[in-house]
Amino acid sequence: MQGFSPTPRARPSNAAPARPSVHRRYLARRLTGAALLITLLLGAAALSVALGARSVGWAEIHAALTGQVQSVGDAAVASRLPRTLLALLAGAALGVAGGVMQGLTRNPLADPGLLGVNAGAALAVVIGIAWFNLQTSLGFIMSALTGASLSAVAVYVIASLGRGGATPLRLALAGAAITAALTSLTTAIILPRGDISGLVQSWLVGGVGGATYDQITPVVPFLAVGFIVSVACARKLNLLALGDDTAAGLGENVALARGMSALGAVLLCGATTAVCGPIGFVGLVVPHACRLLVGTDYRWLLPFSALGGAILLLLADVAGRLAAHPAELDAGIVTAFIGAPVFIWIVRRRKVGAL
Amino acid sequence: MNHATPAQRAELSALRRGRFRRRRGTLALLAAGLLVGVLVTLALGQSYTPLSTVARVLVGVDVPGASFTVGELRLPRAVACLLAGACFGLGGVAFQTLLRNPLASPDIIGISSGASAGAVFAIVALAWSGPAVALVAVAAGLGVALLIYLLSWRDGVTGARLILIGIGLAAMLQSVTAYLLMQAPSWSLQEALRWITGSVNGVRLTQALPLSLALALLGGLLLSRRADLDALRLGDELAAGLGVRLGVTRIVVVLASVGLVAFATAVTGPIAFVAFLSGPIAARISGQSGSLLLPAALVGALLVLASDYAGQFLLPARYPVGIVTGVLGAPYLVYLIVRDNQRKGAL
Repeated sequence: MQGFSPTPRARPSNAAPARPSVHRRYLARRLTGAALLITLLLGAAALSVALGARSVGWAEIHAALTGQVQSVGDAAVASRLPRTLLALLAGAALGVAGGVMQGLTRNPLADPGLLGVNAGAALAVVIGIAWFNLQTSLGFIMSALTGASLSAVAVYVIASLGRGGATPLRLALAGAAITAALTSLTTAIILPRGDISGLVQSWLVGGVGGATYDQITPVVPFLAVGFIVSVACARKLNLLALGDDTAAGLGENVALARGMSALGAVLLCGATTAVCGPIGFVGLVVPHACRLLVGTDYRWLLPFSALGGAILLLLADVAGRLAAHPAELDAGIVTAFIGAPVFIWIVRRRKVGAL
Repeated sequence: MNHATPAQRAELSALRRGRFRRRRGTLALLAAGLLVGVLVTLALGQSYTPLSTVARVLVGVDVPGASFTVGELRLPRAVACLLAGACFGLGGVAFQTLLRNPLASPDIIGISSGASAGAVFAIVALAWSGPAVALVAVAAGLGVALLIYLLSWRDGVTGARLILIGIGLAAMLQSVTAYLLMQAPSWSLQEALRWITGSVNGVRLTQALPLSLALALLGGLLLSRRADLDALRLGDELAAGLGVRLGVTRIVVVLASVGLVAFATAVTGPIAFVAFLSGPIAARISGQSGSLLLPAALVGALLVLASDYAGQFLLPARYPVGIVTGVLGAPYLVYLIVRDNQRKGAL
């Protein structure tokens, strides 16, 4: 996609006098942005703890945070804590995964939900539950990762077969086709099984409601590795953004860079889907919003996307709790509402040739 | 042409006759296939009912047992499959022809999702039922079509932008449907699946009447524009040169096909990929010559009928028809993406 370039560095000497101030201005802007996002994140987390079906006061929040659960209000707050943590982790993971996928495919419309990766993870987990009697969280995660990587590879291969490579339109269509087929298969597997058919809903729409610490703990190592691999790939993604030939000319092993960053993205969205179910559009929206803030350097963009994703999913979850009060709206539904207009905006903004 | 010798003219008319014969042959074949399909679904379910008994039930004789299984269970189902399939097939092929892109079918660009969301809204939030639901579905389908058109307008409408915007809107509308279904007082899986993937479970014969009226009126309207639609396949300029009034034709075709898809969706839900598949299959069978409308309607009906039968009896468990067509349609979409890549590098 156009407009991607690494930060200016190592310019010819005649540009040198302008460099320090440009650099400082970039840095100042990025640091301000980071401060802003961290403040927002803390605010969103506070909202997520404080707001919900039951309104609580400071005393109850304080009691729950310090581990003394005595009243119903305390218990309500205490049950919101793991959920807040999960929204934070999952949002960050999806934001980073989306950013990595957009860089990897050089495609502004890449998103783990739209490209069928989440649907693949969901199908694999359902197969695991229905046919292999999976019960452990680790089993869920492993099968989700397998499904996520298989569908990611399938979508990318389908979209890039033939001349011209994977254009955004082909990727989006291949993603839509794979998603439709995988969702049908998921439903087809669950439906005849009376014992697990209640799961249909949770594997069609993702959310963070009802999370417990026991569910979250097993995915943390996977997410950690995913974050580290992704952020380590940031420089490679900057080079990939210049085009495969240029990146190779600059000494980058293009296949290795693609493989590594894809591994990072799949780890992040596969592990997230294993706990939350398929949540779409976070990975699409967040990196685009962050690009407006920090530019296109992936070394900055990915950490910012983590913050932005966490904020978005936290707020989506809170909005879902408030909008359907006293019931709840799954976060995956809210993110689709926020995300689809952004998707349309991106499609409209670009010339068709660039799409 | 004016200077054609009599021999050339004779050759040309022989060619035309040959094409016409092939087309007629295809239509006859499809109709025969449908007839056999209907007879099989009526006679053969969990139990076998002899065709003579089926015939007696159909003419109104009260046969103990068979009147229930054939008249109450199998007949409404078969009728709904036929009508909905024909509606989806017609609406789909009209859109594909109008936009000259096989991907621009109402189920891919979100019009079916819009109609489905409208129907669920009318049922869950307004507690309506019957024809009112169908009207809300039609209004929602038209609204979504208008929205897609307006959103993809930027110095004209291009196919790629329209399809992408449709995919985005479809994702949003599907989550509207999911949200509404969760608000429903009783979450019933079968009912929910109807609105998510499409199903003819529990359909009644009374629902078929409005659908057949819609099919007759709107389908007839589309068929009366058959020549114009054919000309549109050559491109807007050529069609205008051939005397097609572009504005009127577009409006009529869009209104009629959205109406068809939405009426069918209000009864069966958005049966996945039928609108998308029928046109290309019909084109493959009947050749490129002549109008695709009628073959596509027949293919759609056959597709839904066969998929529903397979979903009920040929698979290890009972599945709603939309799941079968969803699994069938996706490989075709993949094939289309791959083939277009190899042919010209861009969709």
